Amino acid sequence: MPTELTRMTAADLSAALAAGEVSSAEVTRAHLERIAAVDDRVHAFLHVAADSAMAQAAKVDERRGQGEPLGPLAGVPVAVKDVFTTTGLPTTCGSRILEGWHPPYDATITRRLKQAGAIIVGKTNMDEFAMGSSTENSAFGPSRNPWDLDKVPGGSSGGSAAAVAAYEAPLAIGTDTGGSIRQPAAVCGIVGTKPTYGGNSRYGVVAFASSLDTPGPLGRTVLDAALLHEAISGHDPCDSTSIDAPVPPVVAAARDADVSGMRIGVVAELSGDGYQPGVLSRFAEAVELLESLGAKITEVSCPHFRYALPAYYLIAPSECSSNLARFDAMRYGLRIGDDGTRDAEEVMALTREAGFGAEVKRRIILGTYALSSGYYDAYYGKAQQVRTLIIRDFDAAFGQVDVLVSPATPTTAFSIGERADDPMAMYLADLCTIPSDLAGNAAISVPCGLAPENGLPVGLQVMAPVLADDRLYRVAAAAEAAFTGRWGHPLLAEAKGLEGRRP
Amino acid sequence: MSITRDEVAHLARLARIALSDAELDHLAPQLDQIITAVAQVQEVAAEGIPPTSHATGLANVFRDDVPVPCLTPEQALDQAPAVEQQRFKVPRILGED
Amino acid sequence: MTTSTDTLVPFGEAVERYEPVIGLETHVELGTRTKMFCGCITTFGAEPNSQVCPVCLGLPGSLPVVNRMAIEYTIRIGLALNCTIATWCRFARKNYFYPDMPKNFQISQYDEPLCTDGWLDVPVGDQITRVGIERVHLEEDTGKSLHVGGVTGRIHGAEYSLVDYNRAGIPLVEIVTKPVAGTGADAPVVARAYVTELRDLVRALGVSDVRMEEGSLRSDVNVSLAPRGASQWGKRTETKNVNSLRSVQRAVEFEIERQAAVLDAGRRVIQETRHFHEDTGTTTSGRSKEEAQDYRYFPEPDLVPVAPPAEWVAQIRAALPEAPSKVRARLQAEWNVSDLEMDAILNAGALDLVAGTVAAGASPADARKWWLGELSRQAHDTGRELAALAITPAQVARVAALVSAGTLNDTLAREVIDGVLAGEGSPDAIVEARGLSVVSDEGALTAAVDQAIADNPDVAAKVRDGKVAAAGPLVGAVMKATDRKADAARVRQLILDRLSR
Repeated sequence: MPTELTRMTAADLSAALAAGEVSSAEVTRAHLERIAAVDDRVHAFLHVAADSAMAQAAKVDERRGQGEPLGPLAGVPVAVKDVFTTTGLPTTCGSRILEGWHPPYDATITRRLKQAGAIIVGKTNMDEFAMGSSTENSAFGPSRNPWDLDKVPGGSSGGSAAAVAAYEAPLAIGTDTGGSIRQPAAVCGIVGTKPTYGGNSRYGVVAFASSLDTPGPLGRTVLDAALLHEAISGHDPCDSTSIDAPVPPVVAAARDADVSGMRIGVVAELSGDGYQPGVLSRFAEAVELLESLGAKITEVSCPHFRYALPAYYLIAPSECSSNLARFDAMRYGLRIGDDGTRDAEEVMALTREAGFGAEVKRRIILGTYALSSGYYDAYYGKAQQVRTLIIRDFDAAFGQVDVLVSPATPTTAFSIGERADDPMAMYLADLCTIPSDLAGNAAISVPCGLAPENGLPVGLQVMAPVLADDRLYRVAAAAEAAFTGRWGHPLLAEAKGLEGRRP
Repeated sequence: MSITRDEVAHLARLARIALSDAELDHLAPQLDQIITAVAQVQEVAAEGIPPTSHATGLANVFRDDVPVPCLTPEQALDQAPAVEQQRFKVPRILGED
Repeated sequence: MTTSTDTLVPFGEAVERYEPVIGLETHVELGTRTKMFCGCITTFGAEPNSQVCPVCLGLPGSLPVVNRMAIEYTIRIGLALNCTIATWCRFARKNYFYPDMPKNFQISQYDEPLCTDGWLDVPVGDQITRVGIERVHLEEDTGKSLHVGGVTGRIHGAEYSLVDYNRAGIPLVEIVTKPVAGTGADAPVVARAYVTELRDLVRALGVSDVRMEEGSLRSDVNVSLAPRGASQWGKRTETKNVNSLRSVQRAVEFEIERQAAVLDAGRRVIQETRHFHEDTGTTTSGRSKEEAQDYRYFPEPDLVPVAPPAEWVAQIRAALPEAPSKVRARLQAEWNVSDLEMDAILNAGALDLVAGTVAAGASPADARKWWLGELSRQAHDTGRELAALAITPAQVARVAALVSAGTLNDTLAREVIDGVLAGEGSPDAIVEARGLSVVSDEGALTAAVDQAIADNPDVAAKVRDGKVAAAGPLVGAVMKATDRKADAARVRQLILDRLSR
């Protein structure tokens, strides 16, 4: 029955499909119906690919019918953040400047999903060019948090998180540059991972900040996220920054879920002022839980983490000011003002003015400033030095512990409109997630309860060394199992936003 | 004040964004606030600390000098705002390079 | 406007009062099979936008990957220029907006070039000038624009432009000299000689076909003047659009004359980019760049550092071909020719051709004779370059061999050469097909000689009387009778023999 299919995890769907209990066509149809039923309220999707999804599902069913051995994700629906290029489907990056753009090539990750037989059901909403923490910077309207439709689903991968939390797809792909997978996952009560930078491929990911952008998985369970993580990972010769090393055994670690004897460090600096009390209390309980499961807890200091936010808001805008220069109305995308009287520069300037939103403009100008001669050393150059110091903080910390933990984000989901025109307040959402983006190591957010003051989800962040992504899944799975045991059901089952009642 | 309205206007021109006066009025104070905040990085004692431009530590990633199939002209020009003689048609460009 | 309205100080005067300092920035298009950062092919002259991909089009989401061969070629150039090869360096983004640059930044190198601090010894007349090399770095080329609607397709007054990105992403090596001072009146000649020597060196390395006419070698010329004896150098101008060796020389000359006039008038030379005009030999001011462009360079985050291992650099060094200057010295000694004769060969662009002909078995004298003589004339008459003639050194050697063997005389040899150039086939095939061998049948020759004597009794009488020189017309008659297929010297000998009895 359709409702049941959309409530199943990707792992369970995979098993059912493999056992022939259900067809991919049925699974896909069920999810498309769910999307049709709720997305007018959630607005997770910018484009629903109904026809191509059903066609893909039919192909998978045929291949399975012929006895072809298929991977675990074959026939399972996945939602793709609109920052990944997809042939046959539009790619807008949440921006007017790319409205209607149909790329002539697939991102490597898109290709890997297709090769795995996953069913791409649509492209999800996002903050414009991945800049934001609420999806309110989308040129096409915000997405809404399935827990409370007046709240943001986080950002920039807000559409992907909302889609998963609203049962529109069991899996989604997002990108994390300053926290854009983990923070939405946290405020939507699901799982989201930022893999080791370079652990998969950025080819076909429209660039925001090249040295920080990291594609990653979102799912309702740790195992689901692990399955997707494995399917998209691995070296890509088309991406010079991708790492040629074996994919860490994330699925095995998620199934193993044993943290006894693991050394876990609580980052002292990621707490205190600006952190919602309910977030801190749920986080503290999560730490106690891990201890009760056999982990050894210590407090660790990472003194330069307090400079992570300013360093990030210099490095990312600098790289983006250059990455977004290509949007100039000459070869694709929006073109405004070409009436035969204006020269190329005027048309460029008018197009970019009309095509970019406020946050994008802010960051481009900020980046142009930070790279200007005379300012480079004091701003961009200095930020890169801070980056080195943060990497050293992590190295020192990981010399003492196996993983680090913190809240994923200082607050639960805020209201739509609350921080929309207050950039500084908005940037604070990234406080906990940014250090791992700067250092390039792996980090995950897993649900650890609801904040007592408002009943909204809180995420536990786990951070692991470069290429030790499996440790994330080991710890997250252990926490998830213990919590689910304690609650009697997955956290998401308590989400009231869409149904108005518990199912 | 870290940055003036005029400086913001100048940067917008450099970045080829035709900001309206109203936008300038709105963005300039926000940018000033942001720049003041990010200037915090200057507090960090970083004497002798090498900057990190690439976190992975990779070097010498190359490809072989072997042809790979490319796009057809139709594919390349398909999304162009204007095309003439199988080329991208762009408004007049000023100046010499 | 291509006519300059600048006042000029005559060159001789200008260099008397002022000291020129010159510098050259040369771009070389590498002859790799594929582009700098993607696998698109690089063949010249393809249909517009038929050699492009997401990477060189700069499509959103695309990423560059470095072509290893381009790095190797650049190291080759750096080693040949006696540079230090960086042990670690990075690419950088040079940010500016221009429609022929798909990303609106160029991936280049900024403060970490692959090669630094070398030199090139340049022969100027009978002297050697050592030109310092500041740096050699790698970058990507831009697309090409057609400007429509203006006069003569120039950018000024154009209504719109049409952009072709086939050349976007072609690997470019930029070679920058250190400032060259103390050349005085020789500055223009030194500049030209430097570009010439650099071109020959790069060609010998096999990394580019370095044709200025095709744009695979481009040189910008920097010139500044300072009053003689001044302690500081003057402001320099950079002149672009210098498309031939001759233009290099003319551009330097013109700038010296123009800047001298500016300084004489008590004004300051504006530091700017200028544009050279072939038709008038003048330069005009480009876009005013009083304030230098801020390119906001930063390390390219999509590429990782390049750290060429020492073993690789050593391998490249070991495989370097002989430098052209050494080749020239060696060949001159082997061929035993004078400096003047060597110059003639070099000026005709015939060095490789003569060497190839000698290698195919001809004597140096014969090789020189044919290439500098008949073939140079053919090249000049048809308006082509010597190397572009449709005859190979091996074929020339064969013709010379046929002459030495007596099968051909010089006249017949020229006919054979005509045939080869016309595409009729190999020298031997042409001799066969056209029946061009020397008439050496003694009987036929003797008959022709007797006939000539009989037909010209007065001339014959003179020769009998001892006036050997008068035999000319008799030789001519025999040559005519044999369709010039006799060996003239042999005929002459026969005539003298006949008439001396």
